[in-house]
Amino acid sequence: MSTETLLERINAYENRADPYPLYAELREHGVAQQNDGSYLVGTYHEIAALLHDPRISSDVRHRSTPDAARPDALPPSFIALDDPQHDRLRRLAMRPFGPPHSPGRVDALHEDIVEIARELTDGLRDRDRIDLVDDFAYPLPVTVICRLLGVPHEDMSELRGWTNTIIASLDHSPGDDPQEKQRAGMAARMAMGAYLGDLADRRRANPADDMISALVHDDGPEGRLDKPELMTTLTLLTIAGHETTVNLITNGMLTLLRHPEALERLRREPELMPSAVEELLRYEPPVQMLPQRTPLTDIEVGGVTIPQGAPLFLMLASGNRDPLRFEDPDHFDPARRDNRHFGFGSGVHSCFGAPLARVETQVALAELLRRLDGPRLVEDPPPYRHSPILRGPRHLPIATGVRAGAGA
Amino acid sequence: MSGEFKSGRIVIVGASLAGLRAAETLREEGFTGELTLVGDEPHPPYDRPPLSKQVLLGRVPAADVGLPARRPVDARWKLGVRASGLDPAAKEVLLADGERLPFDRLLITTGTRARPWPHPEEARLDGVLTVRTVDDASRLAERLDAGPRRVLVIGAGFTGSEIASACRERGLAVTVAERGPAPLVGALGGTLGSFAARLQRAHGVDLRCGVTVTSLLGSNGRLTGAELSDGSRIDAEVAVVALGAVRNTEWLDGSGLAAGPRGVACDAGCRAFNMYGIVTDDVFVAGDVARFPHPLFDYQMLALEHWGNAVEQAEVAAHNMVNPGPLRRPHLAVPAFWSSQFGLNIKSVGVPTFSDQVTIAQGSVEERRLVVVYGYRGRITAAVSVNRAKWLEHYLRLIETAAPFPPEPGAADRPAEPRVVASDVPDPKVLSHGPTVALTGHLPDRRLAVLRPMT
Repeated sequence: MSTETLLERINAYENRADPYPLYAELREHGVAQQNDGSYLVGTYHEIAALLHDPRISSDVRHRSTPDAARPDALPPSFIALDDPQHDRLRRLAMRPFGPPHSPGRVDALHEDIVEIARELTDGLRDRDRIDLVDDFAYPLPVTVICRLLGVPHEDMSELRGWTNTIIASLDHSPGDDPQEKQRAGMAARMAMGAYLGDLADRRRANPADDMISALVHDDGPEGRLDKPELMTTLTLLTIAGHETTVNLITNGMLTLLRHPEALERLRREPELMPSAVEELLRYEPPVQMLPQRTPLTDIEVGGVTIPQGAPLFLMLASGNRDPLRFEDPDHFDPARRDNRHFGFGSGVHSCFGAPLARVETQVALAELLRRLDGPRLVEDPPPYRHSPILRGPRHLPIATGVRAGAGA
Repeated sequence: MSGEFKSGRIVIVGASLAGLRAAETLREEGFTGELTLVGDEPHPPYDRPPLSKQVLLGRVPAADVGLPARRPVDARWKLGVRASGLDPAAKEVLLADGERLPFDRLLITTGTRARPWPHPEEARLDGVLTVRTVDDASRLAERLDAGPRRVLVIGAGFTGSEIASACRERGLAVTVAERGPAPLVGALGGTLGSFAARLQRAHGVDLRCGVTVTSLLGSNGRLTGAELSDGSRIDAEVAVVALGAVRNTEWLDGSGLAAGPRGVACDAGCRAFNMYGIVTDDVFVAGDVARFPHPLFDYQMLALEHWGNAVEQAEVAAHNMVNPGPLRRPHLAVPAFWSSQFGLNIKSVGVPTFSDQVTIAQGSVEERRLVVVYGYRGRITAAVSVNRAKWLEHYLRLIETAAPFPPEPGAADRPAEPRVVASDVPDPKVLSHGPTVALTGHLPDRRLAVLRPMT
């Protein structure tokens, strides 16, 4: 055990349910160089500085490690590019989604999200045991992202397979053959990109009131995404548009079930929900780390020089629990005020879908609290998904009685 | 010990952003005594940034810019009443309606007002306006709704440029007259000034630089046009005077405070100085009207007309009003402001005028996305982004840590060969509108400082 590096231990599945002691160890080390030449940063202020540092690249092709320059049939999505390319692609994608051009898009979805959440909780009626993931936390964001983008819901099972393969290819866990994982991930990205590209072609011929139609029709001053850009961007939006939210809702319910006093307080004071969701993003963020940063020049962080081209891992979930930034960081406080967490990252790559994720999670948890009577965890910790990057339970079995008379 | 700080009578003169945030902070920090807010406008506190933007575009009605309260302040509000004086010995604020408000501690947040057109009879012409208050913005929005054939904007600072932008967005013909060599030069220097000039012209603004408006012309009491110092004449039905702001300090004449055209001087803890530079301990000041020493900028006394400064300074002042000495905090926030105009988002951190050199650190003028970094004697003192605001936190850190100028290379979108040029900011000595201070008297108890008004 002690011969393993900290990164290997964080990646090890046995530590998935509670990585926080490892993050505390990381913060003790300051900037931690690993045997493979990569660097981990887990303290809040250092992460914040690096997230805003224009000398830190998000493009792994700048890494000096040999596998970084892997050939790929598709261009990288904007989360894996630097300005000005990143900025251009992100702005084109933002045009139909958020301000300044589409300020009402997420707001207009609010009623839909409430309706979808109610339909799902209606389905839980008369069941004394549910799996929160399969019965609620997964279908809710999937239905929302399908409506938003204009992806036919019935195709989602196919998309789910590709999504899982792509996410697996991001992991650096030992065990599986990394090259095989990369190959499979690339093939899945190609297949998913081709599917979404075809869908976009169909929307070009028959526009609807969805984001894909807007992306292929509403040109800004800079024109539009070309076909390969459209394929990678839609793949990114589809995956990021639900995977993270599934984990946020599930981590959220798990945390509330572990803190019954907080759960009761939220029932009494539903107006606290927005701040409770912010606290969840700090306390149990779905995106635990950013594994693909690279310095473009030698950079000094906390007294350590990280050389140009070295793999740099920003451990967001660790920064969120840094006692030098947050008072009593391991305490879950749904009313926490000073809460500038890294749940959505920060800087130019800060989460594009944050406004949607916030609304979805606020609605989801409020609806669950309203409908579930005396919910109890059946298994603690629950079984986790494999990924140490996008971390969350694979299943969350809950014993419950549906609240009598609370619905309808 | 701390009990006395949490009770008693506090009066806040100035019921705008800084006044409201201070009142909220006082209650937040446990002040249980009597709280009175005095404001000369009849409106409850409202937000000013939208006035020269969304309100002029007709997107937001002027009535909808009220500031949401963060928490109840449980105060007595005296709105529509001007404070007319301060008696520091009796510890009373004098109001224009004759009331005398006793206080144990006073907070001054009287802010600024629009600098009026210097010729009163021309200023009275129908069609001559300023934009400072919600009523001003409402009147101008109505004028723009009516579709004037041409609008004249006098002054191309941030407010003037935003007004010109709103006019162009509405499709109205607009002429901008600016005394300096380019728009925004006074705040941002030459590099961004020339960029702003090209931008305005590309958007169809008739921009005239290096000229002043010598007179506003009228007929039957209505504005018809203007004469410029270069001899040219412009026909216009609306003229907006955007010549900056005047600090509301006249009511403090005779109070013995260090109050004048540049603001009310205070220490870093927001305690007002009297005219001898002796700190008071019961009179505090915050927001646009305050003038405070900032260590990052050579302890230069800064008076900032920034939204963020009003909030942060008000919070520090309020904290210090209800806490004993050892628990008091300095106001050390790095200045920051933003502007939106001609489709661009401009954001600034630090003090761009406190500089001798600039360089483009990221992006380029051609892309219309860039970060300009300012240095003074080899250290970074400010950064201004155009459509690149998310990078500014990095430069904020560099300013706070006095990082060397020019910034280190390595940014992915840094120009291939960054050039360092003179920042071309105006000499602050030339900008002074203030009177001279002179000393009188010879005996120790007769020795006085007096203000000698400019002739």
